Amino acid sequence: MKPVFTRTTGLTDKPFHYCPGCTHGIIHRLIAEVMVEMNILDTTIGVSPVGCTYNNYEYFACDMIQAAHGRAPAVGTAIKRVHPENMVFTYQGDGDLAAIGAAEIVHAAARGEKISTFFVNNAVYGMTSGQMAPTTLIGQVTTTSPFGRRPEFEGYPINVSEMIATLRGAVYVERVAVNDFSHITKAKKAIKKAFRVQQEGLGFSMVEILSTCPTNWGKDPVASLRWMEDAMFKQYPLGIYRGQDLEV
Amino acid sequence: MARTEFNIELCKGCGLCVSVCPQKIIALRKDILNSKGFHPSGVEDMDRCTGCTICATICPDCVITVYR
Amino acid sequence: MSNRVLMKGNEVIAEAAVRAGCRHYFGYPITPQTEVMHYMATRMAEVNGTMLQAESEVAAINMVYGAAAAGARVMTTSSSPGISLKQEGISYIAGAELPAVVVNVVRSGPGLGGILPAQGDYFQATKGGGHGDYRNIVLAPASIQELYELTVEAFNLSDRYRMLTMILGDGALGQMMEPVEFRDVEPIENVAKPWALTGRKGRSEHNTVTSIYIEADVMEAFNNKLQAKYAKVTENEIRVECVDCEEPEIILTAFGLVSRICRNVMQLAAKEGIKVGLIRPITLWPFPSQTYAEIAAKPSVKAFLDLELNCGQMVEDVRLAVNGAKPVHFHGRTGGNLPTQHEILEHIRTLAGRNA
Repeated sequence: MKPVFTRTTGLTDKPFHYCPGCTHGIIHRLIAEVMVEMNILDTTIGVSPVGCTYNNYEYFACDMIQAAHGRAPAVGTAIKRVHPENMVFTYQGDGDLAAIGAAEIVHAAARGEKISTFFVNNAVYGMTSGQMAPTTLIGQVTTTSPFGRRPEFEGYPINVSEMIATLRGAVYVERVAVNDFSHITKAKKAIKKAFRVQQEGLGFSMVEILSTCPTNWGKDPVASLRWMEDAMFKQYPLGIYRGQDLEV
Repeated sequence: MARTEFNIELCKGCGLCVSVCPQKIIALRKDILNSKGFHPSGVEDMDRCTGCTICATICPDCVITVYR
Repeated sequence: MSNRVLMKGNEVIAEAAVRAGCRHYFGYPITPQTEVMHYMATRMAEVNGTMLQAESEVAAINMVYGAAAAGARVMTTSSSPGISLKQEGISYIAGAELPAVVVNVVRSGPGLGGILPAQGDYFQATKGGGHGDYRNIVLAPASIQELYELTVEAFNLSDRYRMLTMILGDGALGQMMEPVEFRDVEPIENVAKPWALTGRKGRSEHNTVTSIYIEADVMEAFNNKLQAKYAKVTENEIRVECVDCEEPEIILTAFGLVSRICRNVMQLAAKEGIKVGLIRPITLWPFPSQTYAEIAAKPSVKAFLDLELNCGQMVEDVRLAVNGAKPVHFHGRTGGNLPTQHEILEHIRTLAGRNA
């Protein structure tokens, strides 16, 4: 028998600190596997956000930097300008990217920075214990929307992929999910495509990945996957929002 | 012929692998605790494993190695 | 061909940075420093560098953080409200021990304030500004020539100590023109940066740049390491100019622009038989405390007069340094106003007991 599924060398040996069933771990693995398969582990520089994944610089085996809350696209922009021959990615959650970092992501995309952003949307702030995020669904109960998100008081969710797709500098934008085997396979393809777009110097690429937060959703890990499918897929339809015809 | 290996020290007992196994041969092992205090998952009847890798694919903690 | 040219302060900052090997500049428009960006826009193109107009000062300083981590010589410039916005990033740069140069062409404040020259950001520059226990090296040039020389030196100091160096100028220094003589060859120190993010490129371990230390003992050890470094900077890098301090009656002290007014006043006072000296700190951090203590101990010295374009900021450091040995008086103007030679002279006469 031969090994057909092993831990990727794109990750260090350090065990993830995430809660049981949190799908950040799947997303980390996919990015790491893609770096190895594309043979870019030695040339990639990743940018960690603030939030649950603040220290994923300890997990990815490529060179990594930790950025201030929301500023990963600015940090990534500069690294790419210094090392245009390298690959640069940012890993950001919804609080980081869609709230405090809304300006940085919009302008990095508008400038067509040749970096790739992996945007993890789990509709809640995780690290600080379950506050309402810009992506929190209408009616969703969080620690700061205890009556459910009410549009008249808390406004509406931001559909980031749709918004970024309006910018010409963004050449590839896709929303994927990591809820089951086939979607995880598709998510990996999207991550690879984002890196290819960057490798070919076409412009900014972003993959929005719907993810779970069992702890702050108050659901067990399996029920969390079902809630993602039932509730999040309606607000955040999967699909390619920019670059449908791209062949990379 | 297929086999899965579980690095039980990495397992957090989340049960995602249990929920996706098409052969329904994975279960949390209530008889043991790992050093993190979780009941790790494991295969009950390895002869029925097809090596499909679905469990390893959904595992958030890189617990599972699959041989085929 | 002579290297002596007439140039505006803001343009000299940009030219000096390019000469010092800076190839990455990130900025955001704000008066009275925007000419730095204008100059960089064409100059960086000539040297295959990057001038990027960021979406905000916040983005600009985080770009500086990224470029510094990637191993580049990098600079941003701004003015007071913009520097306030950069403080979080400056703290991160200190926390990750990255070398970078930040120029503050100070305008008056607080708030949006005014666009005229001031020195009200002394506290912010020298006492931290952002959060946490950190220091920046702070340089205070008093002429365009010195602005050029200190800008080049700022890059060397930053690389040598893996620290942020701030140049604290003011609106007048940025806007005025003076002759400046450029060197044929700049004294660029080439410091190896094995910690920089370059992609692993065969390295067995990945490089990581971070400023987060969750465990108490690790955080404390890092703070102790920073303090040891700051002590070394204090030991090695203090710069101060003393004029006529051999046997003075009154000591004027001022940094930057105001020190130039003081020089004229000293001549006027001499004609009246009052011996006046001047202490001009060039490094505001580390502060030349020892110099003040030594001069305060001289029997001839009756009093210190500290002059600033603020309501009294550096005077606190002067008082700590003089430590009660002699009285320390303060004379400040704000809003973009400068003290006149006459009003300073009046103050000196009073302190020297000569205006009866």
